[in-house]
Amino acid sequence: MSDTAMIEVTNLTKRYAGHTAVAGISFTVARGEIVGLLGPNGAGKSTTMRILSCFMPATSGTVRVAGFDVFHQSDEVRRRIGYMPENNPLYPEMRVREYLKFRARLKGLNWRRSRERVTTVMEQCGLTEVGRRIIGQLSKGYRQRVGLADALVHEPELIILDEPTIGLDPHQIRAVRQLIKSLAQKHTVLISTHILPEAEMTCNRMLIMFDGKILAADTPDNLQRLMAGGSQIIAEIAAPADELREVWSQMPGIEQFDVSPSEGEFQRCALTPRDGYDLRPAIFSLAQEHGWIMRELTRSRHSLEDIYVQVTKPAEEEEG
Amino acid sequence: MRIFWTLLRRELAAFFCSITGYVIIAAVTLLIGLSFVVLMTNLGSDPSPMPVTEMFYRTTIFWLIVLLATPALTMRLFALEKFSGTFETLMTTPVSDLQVVAAKFASALVFYIVMWLPMLACLFIVRHFTNQPGTLDAGTIGGMYLGVFLVGCLFLSLGCFASSLTRSQMAAAMISFVLGVSLFLVGFLAEAIPVAAQWQSQVLSYFGLFEQMHNFARGMVDTRAVVFYVSLTFFFLFLTLRVVESRRWK
Repeated sequence: MSDTAMIEVTNLTKRYAGHTAVAGISFTVARGEIVGLLGPNGAGKSTTMRILSCFMPATSGTVRVAGFDVFHQSDEVRRRIGYMPENNPLYPEMRVREYLKFRARLKGLNWRRSRERVTTVMEQCGLTEVGRRIIGQLSKGYRQRVGLADALVHEPELIILDEPTIGLDPHQIRAVRQLIKSLAQKHTVLISTHILPEAEMTCNRMLIMFDGKILAADTPDNLQRLMAGGSQIIAEIAAPADELREVWSQMPGIEQFDVSPSEGEFQRCALTPRDGYDLRPAIFSLAQEHGWIMRELTRSRHSLEDIYVQVTKPAEEEEG
Repeated sequence: MRIFWTLLRRELAAFFCSITGYVIIAAVTLLIGLSFVVLMTNLGSDPSPMPVTEMFYRTTIFWLIVLLATPALTMRLFALEKFSGTFETLMTTPVSDLQVVAAKFASALVFYIVMWLPMLACLFIVRHFTNQPGTLDAGTIGGMYLGVFLVGCLFLSLGCFASSLTRSQMAAAMISFVLGVSLFLVGFLAEAIPVAAQWQSQVLSYFGLFEQMHNFARGMVDTRAVVFYVSLTFFFLFLTLRVVESRRWK
């Protein structure tokens, strides 16, 4: 057992009758990381999380949480995780404080400790003023916070949140993200989402899942860098198109170029650099040399959106 | 054990803090009252050597209550949790399947016992207005209640089992109603077939819920009947436990 790994998943496969939800994925999550499990609906995120939280067994492969096997030592694992399932199910007839206390007791806290912890998490999640309200009458945002508070109440080492911001308004989403970020110091967090900016904003590392497989796993920055090779430089320069074409064809480091007329005498040049080249300084000095007027010089960054689409697309075609 | 009490308290709160719980209690109280009225009119017209307790259950209303109220009590237990998804949050805490099944069954049983309390009032009314001191004694009342309790255990465990099978409360209620009615009808069958030496009718006679209730209401506690009810209750609870565990095999 390694001390640093919080989650170790090896060759995890889950088959339901007739289809494979998770197809032999492996990944590790270190202690203290916030990892985003990203993928379209039906990619196998929830299934993976359900297996991690000991709700159902894997068809094959091993999953260890904090060094304990989720199947054979499920009690130990369940003591160490705080899990909030998709859609955040709660008992609507209970009061907030009563519910959290009930959950704390179920998770093995004694009477005094559960009282302390419930007070703490209610403050942490901004629930103090609704403590006596009935859960069924709370707004969606508050209910989501109750779910989060429940996941935190026993100070778990690992927090698993399945789509924690689904169905919230932008304000509430921001509040929930802030809360998740604040957990990073003490806990390891695994969140699933199909919304990119969310993962981009909150996670140290992202696992992109599609069709039961992990297609890419890296930090948001690295994933972007990975794709940067294919990014384009856009330059708008006021110069005759022929001259521009000639200059570009002579410039080293340009793999492809395209010149198209823009407004007035400006030409829009889309340049694809060879790997590793940054063309921008060269273009600037070129324009200076010739005395051309340049009004735009940008590198189009691939957003994670593109990466996401790009990574998930080939597999889709294969499947089709 | 601490977890069992926590679970039991929440289940009981779900019964007693909901309108459904009180609707059931009100309906059952009404039916008990109705059967009491029927009983009194009958007794008024012609005297009977039967103990009052026995006559009580002889009215079809008694069985109506058992057959209708138990599915209504138990249908929610597992089906609602599965439907709303709270089953997932519940089972991912360090609770054992056994604790969950035991707490749910126990809560239904407690509610069932409370539900029958109004009948006690009826018996006291009879006692108050009768001049025969022997009409009601602790033995017959105790036997009667033991019978009610054991029948309840059996039908509630049936209900638990039905509820664990499905996500729909309606389906759970129907399954447990059908199971309950068939068990009840087997009891009728047992009565219809004369007890012969053949093993079939011997076996059937154990299912004679009617006959057994007779004995209980007379204050006669037959060990065979007790064993029958208790073992069948455990059997259905065991099945429930298996169904709850089964998500780990799939």
